Amino acid sequence: MNAIVKEKAVAPEPAAETAKREVLLKVDNVSLSFGGVKAITDISFDIQKGEIRAIIGPNGAGKTSMLNVINGFYHPQEGTITWQGKVRRKMKPYEAASNGIARTFQNVALFKGMTTLDNIMSGRSLKMHRNFFWQLLWHGPAANEEIEHRKKVEEIIDFLEIQAIRKTPVGKLPYGLQKRVELGRALAMEPDLLLLDEPMAGMNLEEKEDMSRFIVDVNQEFGTTIALIEHDMGVVMDLSDRVVVLDYGKKIADGPPEEVQANQDVIDAYLGVSH
Amino acid sequence: MLYDIFIDPFVQMYDMPDFFLQVLWEGFVAGILYALIALGFVLIFKASGVFNFAQGIMVVFAGLTLVGLNENGVPAYLALILTIGVMGVLAYGVERVVMRPLVNQPDIILLMATIGLTYFLVGFGEFVFGGEPKQMITEQLGLPTGSTAFEIGERGLVILQHIDIAAAVIAVLMVAALGIFFNKTRIGRALRAVADDHQAALSVGISLNQIWAIVWFAAGLVALATGIMWGARSDVSFALEIVAFKALPVLILGGFTSIPGAIVGGLIIGFGEKIGELYWGGLVGGGIESWLAYIIALVFLLFRPQGLFGERIIERI
Amino acid sequence: MFYREAGQFKTSYKADQALMPILQDRVGLAVILIIAFAVIPATANDFFLTSIMIPFLVFSLAAIGLNILTGFCGQLSLGTGAFMGVGAYAAYKLTSIFPDANVIVMVLLSGVFSAAIGAVFGLPSLRIKGLYLAVTTLAAQFFLEWCFIRIPWLYNYNASGAIEVPHREVFGIVASGAEATPLARYFIVLGITVFIALLMANVLRGRIGRSWMMIRDMDIAAELMGIRPLRTKLMAFAVSSYICGVAGAMMVFFWLNAAEPSSYSIRLSFQILFMVILGGLGSLSGAFMGAAFIWILPVILKFVPGLMGIDLAAETIEHATFMIVGALIIFFLIVEPHGFARLWAIAKQKLRVWPFPY
Repeated sequence: MNAIVKEKAVAPEPAAETAKREVLLKVDNVSLSFGGVKAITDISFDIQKGEIRAIIGPNGAGKTSMLNVINGFYHPQEGTITWQGKVRRKMKPYEAASNGIARTFQNVALFKGMTTLDNIMSGRSLKMHRNFFWQLLWHGPAANEEIEHRKKVEEIIDFLEIQAIRKTPVGKLPYGLQKRVELGRALAMEPDLLLLDEPMAGMNLEEKEDMSRFIVDVNQEFGTTIALIEHDMGVVMDLSDRVVVLDYGKKIADGPPEEVQANQDVIDAYLGVSH
Repeated sequence: MLYDIFIDPFVQMYDMPDFFLQVLWEGFVAGILYALIALGFVLIFKASGVFNFAQGIMVVFAGLTLVGLNENGVPAYLALILTIGVMGVLAYGVERVVMRPLVNQPDIILLMATIGLTYFLVGFGEFVFGGEPKQMITEQLGLPTGSTAFEIGERGLVILQHIDIAAAVIAVLMVAALGIFFNKTRIGRALRAVADDHQAALSVGISLNQIWAIVWFAAGLVALATGIMWGARSDVSFALEIVAFKALPVLILGGFTSIPGAIVGGLIIGFGEKIGELYWGGLVGGGIESWLAYIIALVFLLFRPQGLFGERIIERI
Repeated sequence: MFYREAGQFKTSYKADQALMPILQDRVGLAVILIIAFAVIPATANDFFLTSIMIPFLVFSLAAIGLNILTGFCGQLSLGTGAFMGVGAYAAYKLTSIFPDANVIVMVLLSGVFSAAIGAVFGLPSLRIKGLYLAVTTLAAQFFLEWCFIRIPWLYNYNASGAIEVPHREVFGIVASGAEATPLARYFIVLGITVFIALLMANVLRGRIGRSWMMIRDMDIAAELMGIRPLRTKLMAFAVSSYICGVAGAMMVFFWLNAAEPSSYSIRLSFQILFMVILGGLGSLSGAFMGAAFIWILPVILKFVPGLMGIDLAAETIEHATFMIVGALIIFFLIVEPHGFARLWAIAKQKLRVWPFPY
C-alpha cells in the first residue's frame, strides 16, 4: 500500500527547503474547552506558505477541533492565531472564508439538494457581486458574471475529472466522488490555505491514489498551502512536508515525517502505553 | 405613560391582593391545561421524534367523542371507556396508516402528515358529531363542580373552582405516572431508544410499530384527560384549536423532550399570559392574550435557544 | 420518445444555463402561457374565472412566496397568512391615501411593507432554527392578526372592522371594486403572478438563489464558505414576505372585494403551507401544482354530490372536504414526500427512456 502511493504521488520537496518559507499561519498557546472538557490544551505550531502540513493523532486527539479553531468556527479560550502576519481577533467563519481559508469536512458536508455544478459554483459565492436587482433581471450583467465564473468552475471540473457528473445531484453520488466534489468546491474559492479534514476517509485504494494525486497537484500547480488531517500513515508520510502530532489535546511531536515516525512518544500514542 | 407601564400595575397588585391571587390562580389553571397539551406532544416527540401537530385536535376530538356518545344515549362511564377504546383505535390507525409508511422521512414531512391528520380529525369529528359546541358531561363523570371561596384579609375573596383543583391533581398524578413509565420500565427504555435513532433501535430488536402504537395511545389518554378538564371550563368545540397552538411556546420554553419542562413551561406561559393581560393588556386595548405567549417564548429563546431544560447544543462538523 | 434531449447540444454556457435547456419544456411552457393568456379568457365563463382561476393564481403566488423561504432557504414559516394580511392592509391604506394612483402599482408597492415586517420577524432566525423558528412566525401570525383588529386606523375606522376595496380604474378599465369585470381582474392577477414567477426563476438560478439553498442544505458549511447567514436569511424573509404581501393584496383587491382580519388567519397560513409541501419544497412549478390541488379539489368536492343527485347539507360537505383533504395530504406524503414536482420529474424521466424501463 505504502509503496503504491509512493509511486503515484510526486515526491514532495525536501524538508530543508520548506523550513525557510514564509509563515502563513501561526497558532500560539491555543486552548479550547467545552464546559469542563478540554479539547485542546496549549498547542502551538505554524503553517508555512506552500507546504503540505499534516495534523495526525489518535481519535479524539483534537484534530478537527484544531481545524475548527483555525477557520473561526470555534473560538479558543486562550492563545492567539496569527494569519498572514496579523493577529486575528475573534472572527466569524464567513470572515475566515473571505480571508482565504477554505476547507473540506470529515463527514461530507455538501449541499445535498444541489448538483455537482451548483456545489462547485457555490464556492465562487464570495467572488460574485451582482446585486439582487441585476439578479432579478438575469439577462446582462448577472448572466455574464455567471458565465465568467462558470468557466473557472469548468476548469476545476476538468482538473478533478468529474465532467460526467456535472449535472447530477450530489446526494446520488458515491462517497468517493462526493469527497472529490467537496475538494472541488473548496478549490473554487481559490484559497490561500486549504484545510482538508480526512480527505481519504472511507475510500478504497484507487480512490486514495487519485485523491493523493489531486492534493499534490493542487499544492504544486496552484501553490496552495494545505493543512490536512489523515489517518492513513502511508499517505501522510508520503504527502506531507511536516507533521504535527496531537494526543489528548496536547502536541506531542512536530517535524518532518521521518523524524516524527521515529519519535517514541508518537509510537506510544499510537500503540497505546498505559498513562 | 411610563407610570402606567412600570408602576401602576404593581401598585394594583399590592392594593388588591385578593384580585392578584385570583389572577395567579387563573394563570395556574390555564398553565396546567397548556402543560397537559404539551405533555402529549412531548410523549410522541420523545418516542418518535415526530412533532405531533394533531395533539391539540386530539384533545378536542377525545372530548367530542365522549360528549357525543353520551348525547346518543350511552351512559357516562361506558362512554368514557368507549372513548378510551376510540383513542386506542386511533393510535393503532395512525401508526398503521401514517407513521409506518413514513418511517425515516425528514421531520418536516412527518410534521406535515400530522397537520394532515389534524384536518382529517376536525372533519371526521364534525362529520360524526356535528359542528356545534357541546357541554362537557362533568357531573355525570363524578367530577366536582362546586367552588369554594376563601377570604383574604378583611375584604378580599378568592374563589377556587373544584374542577380546577381536580385538574391540578390529575395533572400531577399523570406526570408522575409518565415519569415512572419512561424511566423505570422496559418499554420506557425502548421508547427512549427509538427517540434517539429509529434504525439503531430497530437493529437491537425493538419493534417500532408496537412502540409507536403505545405512545400514540398514551398521548391519546393524556388528550382525553385534557379534553375533559378543558371541556368542563368551556364548551367542547374545535374553536379550542387556537388555544392548542399555545402548546408550542410551552414546548419551546420547556424543551421538546422534557416532561418537567412541559409543566414548568406551561405554568410560566399561564401565569405570564394572565398577569400580562389583566395588568398590562388594557394599555394597548386588550386581547393581548392571543400573542403574548409567543412573545414570551421568543424572548426566552433568544437567550436560551435550547429551551429551559434542553442541553446546551455544541455544534459539530 | 417524445420527450428527449438527444441531439440538442449546447455550444455555450449561456445556452446551458437557460431557464429551460430542453426544447420540449420550452414548448410546453409556451402552450401553457397561450392557454392562460388567450384560450381561457376567450372561452371561460365568469364563474370559472372568479371561483377557480383568480384564487388559484393568487394562491400560487403566495405559495411561491412561502416556497422561497421554506423550500429554498429552509426556514419554516407558519405566518404566511399574516404577511399576506400586511400586504392587503398596506394596499388598502395606500389606495385610500393616494386615491388617484394606479391600483396595480399600489398593490405591487404594498409588498414592500410586508417585506419590511417579514424581515423584522426574520431577525430571530439567526439564533433560532427549525421547529423553534415556527414559534417566531406564529408570534408574527397572532400579533399581526391582533393588530388588524385593534388598530382602527388600518381599516379607516370602518364600523364593520373590515376593509372594502374601493372602485379604481386603470387606463379607463375598472380594475378593482365591485364593478370590475372578472376578465379584467383575471388579466391583472395573471400578469402579476407570471411576472413575479419569472423574476424569481431568475433569482433562484443565480448567486442569491444558490446562497439560499446553501443555507438550507447545510448552514454551517455555507457559513464556512463565506455566506453571511443573517443577511442571507433576512433577504429570503424579505423577498418571501414581499411576494406573500402582493398575493394578499391581490386576494382582497381582485378576488374577495372585502376582507376582515379572519381572512388572514392561521388557517390561511396552513393552506399555503400545504400547497408548498404537496407541490414540492423547492420547486416553482410545484407551487402552481400544489395551489391547483388544494384550491380546486374542495371546489370540485362541493359540486360532485349535487351533480350525482345527492342532496347534502353545505355543512356536511364542508366537514367531508376537511376529511378528504386531510386524508389526501397524508396519502400524497406517503406516495411521494417530495411533492407533485418530483412526481412530474419522474414522469418526465420515464418519458425520456420510453419504451425502455431504464
